Amino acid sequence: MTGSGHIFEDSALALKMAERAHLLAGRIGRPVSLMEVCGTHTMSIARAGLRRLLPRNMKLLSGPGCPVCVTPPGVIDGILSVARTPGVIITAFGDMLKVRGACASLEDCRRSGAQVQIIYSAQDALETARQNPRNRVVFAGAGFETTTPSAALAVMQARDEKLENFSVYPAFKLVPPALRALLENKTELDGFLLPGHVSSVIGLAPYSFVAGEFKKPCVVAGFEALDILHAVNLLLEQILAGEPKVENAYPRAVRAQGNPEATRVTNAVFTAATARWRAIGDIPLSGLAFRPDWSAFDARTVFEISEPDTPEPPGCLCGAVITGRAAPSDCPLFRTACTPADAKGPCMVSSEGACAAWYRYGDPL
Amino acid sequence: MKKITMSHGSGGAGTDRLIAETILKHFTGPVLARLEDSAELPPPGGRLAFTTDSYVVSPRVFPGGDIGHIAVCGTVNDLAVKGAVPKWISVALILEEGLEIEELENTLASMQKTALKAGVEIVTGDTKVVEKGKADGMFITASGIGVIPDGVRLSAAGIRPGDRIIISGPLAEHGVAVLNARHRLGLKSGIKSDGAPLNGLTAAILKEHAPFIRVMRDLTRGGLAGALNELAAACGRDFSMEERLIPVSDAVRAACAILGTDPLAMANEGRLCLFCSADRAERVLAVMRDTEFGGGAAIAGTVTEGKTGRVLLATAIGAERILSSPEGEVLPRIC
Repeated sequence: MTGSGHIFEDSALALKMAERAHLLAGRIGRPVSLMEVCGTHTMSIARAGLRRLLPRNMKLLSGPGCPVCVTPPGVIDGILSVARTPGVIITAFGDMLKVRGACASLEDCRRSGAQVQIIYSAQDALETARQNPRNRVVFAGAGFETTTPSAALAVMQARDEKLENFSVYPAFKLVPPALRALLENKTELDGFLLPGHVSSVIGLAPYSFVAGEFKKPCVVAGFEALDILHAVNLLLEQILAGEPKVENAYPRAVRAQGNPEATRVTNAVFTAATARWRAIGDIPLSGLAFRPDWSAFDARTVFEISEPDTPEPPGCLCGAVITGRAAPSDCPLFRTACTPADAKGPCMVSSEGACAAWYRYGDPL
Repeated sequence: MKKITMSHGSGGAGTDRLIAETILKHFTGPVLARLEDSAELPPPGGRLAFTTDSYVVSPRVFPGGDIGHIAVCGTVNDLAVKGAVPKWISVALILEEGLEIEELENTLASMQKTALKAGVEIVTGDTKVVEKGKADGMFITASGIGVIPDGVRLSAAGIRPGDRIIISGPLAEHGVAVLNARHRLGLKSGIKSDGAPLNGLTAAILKEHAPFIRVMRDLTRGGLAGALNELAAACGRDFSMEERLIPVSDAVRAACAILGTDPLAMANEGRLCLFCSADRAERVLAVMRDTEFGGGAAIAGTVTEGKTGRVLLATAIGAERILSSPEGEVLPRIC
């Protein structure tokens, strides 16, 4: 009934692993900064209070691995202009509802009469299209490699079923190009906890440049606190040995070759294209665009949207937070002007966001 | 399929028919049957507890319950955790034009069944009909009156360092069941709402241990995290909770992991937490475990000497973090 029987919540084992981390970090003998790329890791670390167990010379920094957090305000404004089109039903993941563009969010639009429906998968969006033949149904497609195969599959099904009222607003992002952009920006990071879900789709090879070209250790990590502690220790061992490589500490979910079928489905519909990331800017081949054959399902084309270049909210440090250059508590808006109920930046909005994690579970005590 | 029409809310013959043929068929108490402008009640014989709440839930029917069930449970529980014996309930229905009469009847039957189980009587009520689009099918407002026995004085002000914090059963089952039904998530976990009247449980506790119980709270919206933070702020003390002792079923734990939600912050409709003096905690726990809705009770925390009004959680892996009050709507996450 309670957590005592769970193998991932064994406090004696956690303590042993933490002791090992202290030993390794002590041997390294200098400050070590590791980035957890994925927002789910960020939440898990905060929820377990993991930072309290880690060595003092070690920092865990949040990365650009929350799809809501990296969606720039201009893209949100593009989605909002579709949402305001008469007869359109926007379907979106819950996390997307509160992110603001220049001055409004999907939630604000809903309040003003737009039809906005929370969904849990691209299949739900497709079902909405089937049930509302008189409306045009648009899926606000934010997400990483984990989400894109199901979006591609939904588009394929829509074509098979001749559903002409369904389209996808592509705001998808790819993780490896973002890591390259971070590394090319002379980051001080010593290693990366790589996202388990994304890696289960793409496998290990797409990260090889991180260890090879940039000499940074990488470990694919699961999402339980002990998974993360284990991966941290592997990273520290790599740093100590001076032999960076891509390791898989999540073999129960991630295979080296990933999930080729999911990749095939994605590649059938989408192709890599330059995408704009919040606070980072344009990154080549870091997003997904519709292949020409499938452009009838591209909401940007269907609704002739040209996205505005909306600036970041004034004072918001979300950009610095998702690039490991600031902690949420460094932001002057944190907990004052920016709270989950009235968020200024996306990191406070998203249930995967670093600021939301710090707000909800408290700063490290 | 017969539906609610605007004539059912006209105040004339249509309303009379709705009351006579639909409502009174289910609510069969002698006080209500008199259909007077207010219910005439006997002298209660003690201090009164009086509560009111509105019930708005989507979907209105979910695994383990419905809006009528939680309207009665919620009202009974608000009285019960104050230490009161719930006696009388009033029910105001706001019905949207187009609501199927069959659903209304099912809801009323569910309310009456729950009221009988809890030993309370629905004694007065009201019905309004609003135009299509002006309400989400059906809203219910319920108020309740209970009598607080002599010797029962529950208040957050009574909380003392060393007091134990007991939770009556596994958390978040209502929240997960409703979220699963609302978003059609298709979780085949069999999780049902925990909705239940808790007055039997509270009466059993107070019968023997009343002087040692400081305060009780039913864990509704905001869950355990919300209730504990409210109480910590009210008494200005710190609470120390043990994550591994807080009852959460494996199915709920797994569902919350998938949804990206926190079981400690999710809604319950038939769970409470209580604070009691340390030397009585085990005996109170034993009483709770012998009741119908307290079988999963556990001692999960302690009031500490700290005076910052914070709730600290010793996590399952042996670290510590703040257990803060939840904010915002619970939404399924993106990935």
